[in-house]
Amino acid sequence: MSGSNELSRRDFIKVTTGIVGGLIGVAIGLPTISYLIDPALQEGGKDVWVSIGKFEDMQVGIPYPFSFTRVQVNGWERTSNSFGGYALRKSDDPKDLLILNSRCTHLACTVNWSEEAQGYLCPCHDAKFSIEGEVLDGPPPRPLDVYTDFRLTEDGLIEIFSKAG
Amino acid sequence: MWKKVYEWLDERLGLNDMYTNLLDRPEPTGNWWNTLGSASLFLFVMQGLTGIFLTVYYTPSPDHAYDSVQYIMEGVAFGWLIRGIHHWGATLMVIVVFIHMLRVFFTASFKYPRELTWLIGIGLLLMTLGMGFTGYLLPWNQRAFWATTVGTQIAGSVPFVGEFILKALRGGPDLSALTLQRFFSAHIWMLPAMLAGLIGVHLFLIIKHGESHFPTKED
Ligand code: HEM
Ligand code: FES
Repeated sequence: MSGSNELSRRDFIKVTTGIVGGLIGVAIGLPTISYLIDPALQEGGKDVWVSIGKFEDMQVGIPYPFSFTRVQVNGWERTSNSFGGYALRKSDDPKDLLILNSRCTHLACTVNWSEEAQGYLCPCHDAKFSIEGEVLDGPPPRPLDVYTDFRLTEDGLIEIFSKAG
Repeated sequence: MWKKVYEWLDERLGLNDMYTNLLDRPEPTGNWWNTLGSASLFLFVMQGLTGIFLTVYYTPSPDHAYDSVQYIMEGVAFGWLIRGIHHWGATLMVIVVFIHMLRVFFTASFKYPRELTWLIGIGLLLMTLGMGFTGYLLPWNQRAFWATTVGTQIAGSVPFVGEFILKALRGGPDLSALTLQRFFSAHIWMLPAMLAGLIGVHLFLIIKHGESHFPTKED
């Protein structure tokens, strides 16, 4: 029983318990990690073209407001997120558009065009952006974001490319 | 380095003593039936862990409970595994705890000085059953709903106080959002807390008394 190379009964139990416990730990631990972080690994919605309005309705030099919602599936629920912005037509050329995202670059409130102030005003921390989106006043770190991918459809609609999420 | 850290801790915590007294303690020669208590403990820990992970997604509201369970099963990676372990572990735990009790009974291990261990054990069995009863409602599907309707109705058939018991269990005369919420609370907070506490005393008593010897012919 107690030969020097032989495992004692107690040591055998210890080693087996350790190994079996370790295996169970790994077999359940790894899937559990995957289970916990799974939502972070999910793809958002798809990239799509969204129509924001008729080109002919946009007047040169006056920001044209638009908004759209996109539905995102979160878990067992659908969440709709609103997006919006202003299209600024500069000439007759449909390529000559500046399409701004109205999401403030500070902390994501929605900015509004003010005719009076001739700028975009943010209600949250009093930021002011120029008609071209540059920061004139307040805390935002960078100009308003620009939708650079847009196109004119055959029906005269302007569509912008909206990325997932 | 690690040895030093270990020695420092051991000196203050008595790790070595704890190890010999708790895990390396002498046991009478028994058989596999004597492992069922430890098996119950293992299942309890397992149910606790998988249960905690389930609450990451499960939502105890009539509007969301069913959908969130569905989501765990189909939407989340390995959700089926976590829920599967919890689901089958629940049934297994009731069986294992029950057989553990039978073995204690048949080896007459409940006698002096272990009566308290036995009484606490009865509490543990009842609470384990309570866990099963409260957990069964949580998926909020037809089966869960009607099983709880029937279960609470049975509890309500007690003479005189039946009506009160039924209302207290359901949180009102009908099965409602209140029922789901209080079953959830009992299932994840009250019963597990009591179980953990009683298991602690149970184990303390077992270590204090040592395990009973297997009865011999003379006993
Ligand atoms: C959650 C449920 C339970 C857990 C985790 C648990 C845990 C344990 C453990 C680890 C032991 C050590 C010896 C062995 O494994 O046989 C034990 C012994 C014992 N259990 Fe339990 N038990 C539970 C339920 C019960 C029930 C339902 C009863 C009886 C009503 C009971 C009565 C006893 C008694 C009297 C002993 C001492 C037996 C001896 O010293 O030989 N236990 N329990
Ligand atoms: S969010 Fe617009 S100024 Fe702070």
